[in-house]
Amino acid sequence: MNATTAEPMVEVLDLHKSFGSTEVLKGVDLQVHAGEVMCIVGPSGSGKSTLLRTINRLEVPDSGLVVVGGEIIGYELHGIQLRERREADVARQRSRIGMVFQQFNLFGNRTALENVMLGPVRTRRADRATARQEARRLLIQVGLEHRLHAYPGSLSGGEQQRVSIARALAMKPDLILFDEPTSALDPERVGEVLDVMRALAADGLTMLVVTHELGFAREVADTLVFFDDGRVAESGPCRDVLARPRQARTKDFLARVL
Amino acid sequence: MLNDAGAAAALTTPRPSGAREQFRQLARRPLQPRRRLHPGQWLASVVVIGFAAWLIRTLAANKLIGWSSVGHFLFSGAILHGLLGTLELTVVSMALAIALGFVLAALGACANPVLVSFVRFYVWVFRGVPLIVQILAWYNLALVFPVLALGVPFSTWHLQGPTNTLITPFLAAILALGLHEAAYMAEIVRAGLVPVPHGQTEAALSVGLTRRQAIRTVVLPQTLRVIVPPTSNQLVGLLKASALVSVIGGVELLTTAQRIYSVNFQVMALLIVASVWYLIVVSLLTVGQHFLERRLNRDRIGGDRSASSELAPDLSGIDPQL
Repeated sequence: MNATTAEPMVEVLDLHKSFGSTEVLKGVDLQVHAGEVMCIVGPSGSGKSTLLRTINRLEVPDSGLVVVGGEIIGYELHGIQLRERREADVARQRSRIGMVFQQFNLFGNRTALENVMLGPVRTRRADRATARQEARRLLIQVGLEHRLHAYPGSLSGGEQQRVSIARALAMKPDLILFDEPTSALDPERVGEVLDVMRALAADGLTMLVVTHELGFAREVADTLVFFDDGRVAESGPCRDVLARPRQARTKDFLARVL
Repeated sequence: MLNDAGAAAALTTPRPSGAREQFRQLARRPLQPRRRLHPGQWLASVVVIGFAAWLIRTLAANKLIGWSSVGHFLFSGAILHGLLGTLELTVVSMALAIALGFVLAALGACANPVLVSFVRFYVWVFRGVPLIVQILAWYNLALVFPVLALGVPFSTWHLQGPTNTLITPFLAAILALGLHEAAYMAEIVRAGLVPVPHGQTEAALSVGLTRRQAIRTVVLPQTLRVIVPPTSNQLVGLLKASALVSVIGGVELLTTAQRIYSVNFQVMALLIVASVWYLIVVSLLTVGQHFLERRLNRDRIGGDRSASSELAPDLSGIDPQL
């Protein structure tokens, strides 16, 4: 992907966010282009998850902007003023941005198929039959054709996470945010989720992945961002950052993790 | 490797073949469990059965009970009318209690300290004052507020009427039962909202639902599963508590039975008639509750099922009747 030719799919501009007196994001700038796979790594507590959650407005930033697909997330321009959008409008914007959570967050009272169908049925008013057919196709795609009617409680962690990826895909989003998708999994279940993500990357999906899986990053990511203390400490083509980190902090981190 | 294999072989080497052959034979014999019934249990069973037989015989032979009256009144128009009144009271006041309970729980869950204190105060008062006192208070409201008016504050527009015509025994009973029950429902709903993880709401938002849609389609249905068992217990309690309305003489089963026995003096017969109907309705409710819970729990597997009852508020020891 040639990063310089097109408008970025996601543009994060000078993003700040505090929880109480703790400043978690201290001015983040980031660009993700269509079809790009960006992995964000860094020590825990450095603000990686908050950054992802601010991109689809599960967190409201204190200042700074998130622009996705040319639209400012959460605000609209009135003259020179940025006014907060109505909730239905934010919901429409969110529907373009998929999210996969560390804890899966599947709807406990719905089967795998119903979990995947819920978004399309409730938001786009797609008729149930079409949504059901599409959900079935997606669950087969993530290798769960035998678990269509299982409830989350009876699925393994890896299976739940694959359902949640299918749920995100069902909205046909412009990009998907992955918030430590394998951190809550048993080690032997990590591979099946990474396999699915690898296939999505190969299909050209735009992905923003917060992860500790450097092996996955090395193999799949176009760009690697090293995040530290609420800022982007270093970013660049994945191979370069891993092979020749410029910052001391990045070197330290990679030395500890690898 | 060779050593390990050797050790394994030594472990399975047969002992003197006689004993082993005997065990082999014994393995085909039926296994006899220990007798489960202790002799004391036999004795107790005999005593209980004997007592039951004696009781049935004594009751059946008792001419003073008036069994023919039981048969005569069980399906009489007056009793059925009273039963209908009891069902009406129960259903309407439960509906009021559930609606108000949800409102109170929602107010109590918000961050506003004034509203939270109000809910606490409401629960404290309506759960703390005995139900029979509340029934009498609503019924006698006219003593202190002879006229009730509904109007817009700071304007002259209003509707008004004498309290005694507005607050009928039926309405007094609905208010007393409903407001009292709402205090319990508020607690039940509050306990039910907690266990749905917030992450599920966020997941619903992330696929483009609004907060309202998320609550309606994801949170509330799961809340129901936790709320239903204690609520159906409350419904059974409320049905029985509605008999207290007899102190103000509404149209309900016990009042009707009392009216009849005050004329024909068949007190015990009519109390039996009322009891039979209470037991029938309670049994039907219990069966309904069983099926409803099974339906709501169909997505739960194995040990998870106990989680919902653990999370339900502990209402044991609280007697909603008085």
